[in-house]
Amino acid sequence: MLAIDVVATMFLAAGAFFMITGTIGLLKFPDFYTRMHATGKCDTLGQILIIVGCMIYEGFSLITIKLLLVSAFYLLAGPAGGHALMKAAYVTGLPVWKKGDKRM
Amino acid sequence: MIITFLVVGIIIASTILVCSYRAIYGPGTFNRIVAANVIGTKAIVLLIVVGYIIERPQFIDIALMYAVIAFMGTIIIAKYVERGELCSR
Repeated sequence: MLAIDVVATMFLAAGAFFMITGTIGLLKFPDFYTRMHATGKCDTLGQILIIVGCMIYEGFSLITIKLLLVSAFYLLAGPAGGHALMKAAYVTGLPVWKKGDKRM
Repeated sequence: MIITFLVVGIIIASTILVCSYRAIYGPGTFNRIVAANVIGTKAIVLLIVVGYIIERPQFIDIALMYAVIAFMGTIIIAKYVERGELCSR
């Protein structure tokens, strides 16, 4: 393997790790807000790491610019969508989990 | 290098399968919306990785369009649940 392949593999592995972490948070956390806290950050970071790994593997071409476009768009769109969803839940009156409550 | 992309693709596909538990059984509307949002995010990455597995990176155009459509769907569903209507007079 070349050195570039090793670096790309490290980025892909880090992205897969963050994806798995976000999924565990989505399943195990007790509340809607805490689940949103887990997925909103881990998914963004995991996706950007995997795309950066693909960019390093690809080299410099048109596809690299497209990958950069996907990554930049999601860096703007993912937190904006998460914020809209969180505000919708808070305005609607979804109860907030406190320590000692039951899972919901 | 194909092996690496294959392993990452299998990991992402299995996490999508696990996330669909929250989309099916999750209590309430919002947990299901969050699960659908997460599945959409992971599907974008899965499209890119599959494009490298079968050595046809033109799948990135489909991934870009899918990102735009998933973002619009999330915003529209959030606004609809918040207000009870889509277009205010």
